[in-house]
Amino acid sequence: MKNLTKVVIENSSKKLFDFSELFRYKDLLYFMVLRDVTVMYKQTVLGFFWAILNPFFQIVVFSLIFGKIAGISTGQSNLPYPVFSCLAVIPWSYFASTFTASSNSLITTAPIFTKVYFPRMIIPIVPIFSKLVDFFISLVILVCVMLYYKYVPGQNVWLFPIPLLIIIISSAGLGFWLSSLALQYRDFRFAIGFFLPILMYLAPVAYPALKVKEQLGNTAYHLYALYPLVGGVEGFRSSFLQNQIFPWDIVAISGASAIFIFITGALYFKKMEKHFADVA
Amino acid sequence: MLPNLINENAVAVINLGKAYRIGVAEKKEDNLVSAIVKSIIGPIKNFSKIKSLKTVNSTSNESDVFWANRNITFNVKQGEVLGIIGKNGAGKSTLLKMLSRITEPTEGRIELQGRVASLLEVGTGFNPDLTGRENIYLNGTILGLTKKEIEERYTSIVEFSGIEKFIETPVKRYSSGMKVRLAFAVAAHLDPEILIIDEVLAVGDAEFQRKCLGKMQEVAGKQGRTVLFVSHDMAAVKKLCTRAILLQKGTIVYEGIPEHVVNYYLQNAASIVNDNNNFFDNAKGNKHFELTQFELINEQGNIIQIAESGKQLEIKLYYKVHETGPDPVVILRFKNNLEQVLFTCLSRNSYDGIMSLKKEGSISCIIPSLPLLPGIYAVDLFCKYGQDVTFELEEALKIEVEKGDFFGTGKLNNDMQNGMIVFHNWKVD
Repeated sequence: MKNLTKVVIENSSKKLFDFSELFRYKDLLYFMVLRDVTVMYKQTVLGFFWAILNPFFQIVVFSLIFGKIAGISTGQSNLPYPVFSCLAVIPWSYFASTFTASSNSLITTAPIFTKVYFPRMIIPIVPIFSKLVDFFISLVILVCVMLYYKYVPGQNVWLFPIPLLIIIISSAGLGFWLSSLALQYRDFRFAIGFFLPILMYLAPVAYPALKVKEQLGNTAYHLYALYPLVGGVEGFRSSFLQNQIFPWDIVAISGASAIFIFITGALYFKKMEKHFADVA
Repeated sequence: MLPNLINENAVAVINLGKAYRIGVAEKKEDNLVSAIVKSIIGPIKNFSKIKSLKTVNSTSNESDVFWANRNITFNVKQGEVLGIIGKNGAGKSTLLKMLSRITEPTEGRIELQGRVASLLEVGTGFNPDLTGRENIYLNGTILGLTKKEIEERYTSIVEFSGIEKFIETPVKRYSSGMKVRLAFAVAAHLDPEILIIDEVLAVGDAEFQRKCLGKMQEVAGKQGRTVLFVSHDMAAVKKLCTRAILLQKGTIVYEGIPEHVVNYYLQNAASIVNDNNNFFDNAKGNKHFELTQFELINEQGNIIQIAESGKQLEIKLYYKVHETGPDPVVILRFKNNLEQVLFTCLSRNSYDGIMSLKKEGSISCIIPSLPLLPGIYAVDLFCKYGQDVTFELEEALKIEVEKGDFFGTGKLNNDMQNGMIVFHNWKVD
């Protein structure tokens, strides 16, 4: 027998991450993402318009309530509130949908992974990619809003992939944590729906992050940035704005925090993985 | 000391065991105060209960730990086709799940040499909204193929499935038969070094089943691939496998050539049905001529617990005569699970002459080719002198029937249960 792969199965195998195996299953990731994207808007009348309508209505409501009624300042005189909220709602929506889908992913995929072996890590990763399609479609709104208000993006616009990456890494990390927790403790399914709005109000979606600095001081502001969505959302918005210094400090803190969540999440997922079929 | 692996072993299983935690009945509260207390501390109890789901280890010796498999050791050489048989709950599925890396063993180890594909189900991950083509790619990658490998096999997969016309139709518009065809077509093209199959042949129509069996034989025989095959289908195990193991209560109780293992299983599998031989005491009638015991015997003269469809079955009834009478008659009335009478063996018609009974002895009713589909059947027993009923016992014995090759065609009545089969021939001009 020549070059046959040898697999040893026993209790608590030592191997931590098998990257070559993950690489071998890259096509599975591709087809699972493709499946999600193809199936998402099947048998709907509006189809991909939903990817636009969802954040659109949120932006309208935000502009009315926070912009007009509550009169929250955007921090810049020439920045209309709809542009301000649009630049936060779009990355937030991506995070919210990814976070929800990724956290529930193991529960919904249980019928498959209790019948076939493949690297389970793929499962919570799939929504990260499939929801990106929605994200890019919803950028259409951003373009429209900016055209409508004749708002030209600032010179930092090329930096927007950095905060986007922070959002991606943190939702993957949270996905690892919560999908494995929710599979065993189904309480998390309910808790996620309950905490999501709280997470949104904690993130600088409706107000500028600098407000926190003004009100609570510099230390609190930097602690606040440990919540990765602070650097993610504020960084995303800042990169599009004119006359705005890119907030490197909070982006760096949030980035480090996101990487921490990602690594601990992956380790926890790996530790729990062997029990998935038993607790599903 | 663990046995050393010989190089040509494709699969080596060493002292394998898997424990699960099973629910234990909780004490019911009978007063309001303790019920309230219980509901308050409920979350804490729930937490420790859910947490403990995964913390079973080989030293756990608690009452709610159940060993689905224990002390399993066997080797499968490259090119062998190993049949795994046993009753429901004997631990076959758990063993396959460990071999397929779906669940981790609690103790022991498995060594696999070569690429493994396991089919515990056909069509895992099929999405009803995707087309047949899209599902071939999705299902194929789930089973471990790469995109390139699927592309190479695509034409052959579609051809094997026989549904070329509907390949661009969403799978939800397919009939269940078409879905199975497509799913098996993908599975048949996995081309692994080790193939693990769980009862997947028990689906689809007869023609397709034959095609699948043929494909399995091809995989196993010509290409020198190793196959592990779980089945309830005794004829298929005898036909396809080169060796078999019998599982009972989570451990291997018999291992050898399929013929022997199947026979051993049919003879010795602890029968769920006839556990109480004193049951005959419950009979009605004056018992002048009564039955006391029974035995099920196969063609070779061995006592069996489970009968095989299409094989000879002897029902041996032990009798006692307390008072003699004229014209003794024995009647066996076979009923299905819906208590419908299927057929009756009436000695008055089928016994040539008049039975001459001793004080004590046995009467055997021999059915040359048992015309029953797999299932459990009840038999009512009657003894008469002429028209006088001396012994009457409804559902006196139960007979469990396993699948068999009734027509001698190599095909089995897989999709049918609990009914009769009648011998017949066909003529095609």
